[in-house]
Amino acid sequence: MALAQADVLAGLKEIVEEVAGIPAASIELDKNFTEDLEVDSLSMVEVVVAAEERFGVKIPDEAVTDLVTVGDAVNFIVNAAK
Amino acid sequence: MSRRRVVVTGLGATTPLGGDVTTSWSALLAGTSGVRNLTEEWAHTLPVHFAARVAVEPSEQMERVELRRLDRSEQFAMIASREAWKDAGSPDVDKERLGVVIASGIGGVTTLLDQYDILREKGARLVSPHTVPMLMPNGPAANVGLEVQARAGVHTPVSACASGAEAIGYALEMIRNDRADIVVSGGVEAAIHAMPMSGFAAMKALSTRNDEPQRASRPYDVNRDGFVLGEGGGILVLEEYEHALARGAKIYCEIAGQGLTSDGYHIAAPDPDGAGVQRAVKFALRDSGLTTKDIVHLNAHATSTPAGDIAEANALRAALGADADHVAVSATKSMTGHLLGGAGAIESVFIVKTLHDRLAPPTINIDDLDPAVTVDVVRDKPRALPAGDIAALNDSFGFGGHNVVLVFKSI
Repeated sequence: MALAQADVLAGLKEIVEEVAGIPAASIELDKNFTEDLEVDSLSMVEVVVAAEERFGVKIPDEAVTDLVTVGDAVNFIVNAAK
Repeated sequence: MSRRRVVVTGLGATTPLGGDVTTSWSALLAGTSGVRNLTEEWAHTLPVHFAARVAVEPSEQMERVELRRLDRSEQFAMIASREAWKDAGSPDVDKERLGVVIASGIGGVTTLLDQYDILREKGARLVSPHTVPMLMPNGPAANVGLEVQARAGVHTPVSACASGAEAIGYALEMIRNDRADIVVSGGVEAAIHAMPMSGFAAMKALSTRNDEPQRASRPYDVNRDGFVLGEGGGILVLEEYEHALARGAKIYCEIAGQGLTSDGYHIAAPDPDGAGVQRAVKFALRDSGLTTKDIVHLNAHATSTPAGDIAEANALRAALGADADHVAVSATKSMTGHLLGGAGAIESVFIVKTLHDRLAPPTINIDDLDPAVTVDVVRDKPRALPAGDIAALNDSFGFGGHNVVLVFKSI
């Protein structure tokens, strides 16, 4: 099932806000998870698992290290859902 | 070089009587019970339907994201430590001279059990990555250590229901041994859950007075039938005396010494001779440079179990001799329930307040004093303590035969 980039971004914003307490308004495609949003490695695991549940995709552990920015995660999820 | 003296410069607590020290202490002096019926569905499937939950939920005192990353026991530690640290004047201290010693009897047991439910129902992938830092017994100490950036050492002694007192004793030694100038110390517990409660109930350790929960915790009453499980925590900021003086800190009292022994008798039952308790009192007095004549107050372990209260009272009478006649004994678990690893810590907070206000808190729910009780119990109303130099004891015992006695004295 194809997912629109905007929908994935909106969903990720909700997840990151829930998990890490970052206001959704400050979460944008170019933000770096660790440096800009202070999502630590444990919280990143939560984000990934919640995103898998929400979008019905698999995000393998070896792919997670490449998800540096929010945009990386959105693109990965959009491609995985194709 | 004379031995480094240690004083108390900050207090914090979240208890079944209040979300801070002031509220808890007022409710304690007023003889209020913190015991309530549990509202959870599982409660009515157990032999015991009540417990003493904290008066103020952590969700009212912390941010949401912090809550989800901390076990309930860790939440209590953070709340009480923040209060204590602020009470101590948020001291500007060399972090390499700052330690944390916070204990828990059982650790993050609700996290462990909740995550096990998730594992069984949803699979390993859904188990929280925060599980291990939340369930580890050193979690409360570790999180507080991070918050205050303690670098002298962060420790967690575990000795069941003696843990909180043992932690304070450990902190005392850290300062005496010149490892630290300030140590945030205490104990917490958050074990009100169907599983640990079933375990305690299976030991017949819990009161089953379901028709009168607020009257269930009745230390020294002839009809006592077990303890009431409580939750929360107490924190004391201990500080080297000269260090406290130099920064103009408010000083509540001195922590003068401790005595530690073990029974070598039974995994759960108290030694009826109380020999281990007597030795702990003797060592604590010797360590403090005090005698039985100096002691005017004792906050007893007295959990409201048939065997425990008497064994303790007999041991104290034997250890203090005729001087027990001028020791006002308070059993505050009659109001707070039994906080397990948090017990010795909140009771130490209460002792510090007792010495400071010269007012021993009451013991409630004694309708008929057990005639076997040979100590002077403060009943129903607070009792004024004498002027001049006074000292008080806190005794705490844990499953496994652990005995800890702490000595506090006015300054």
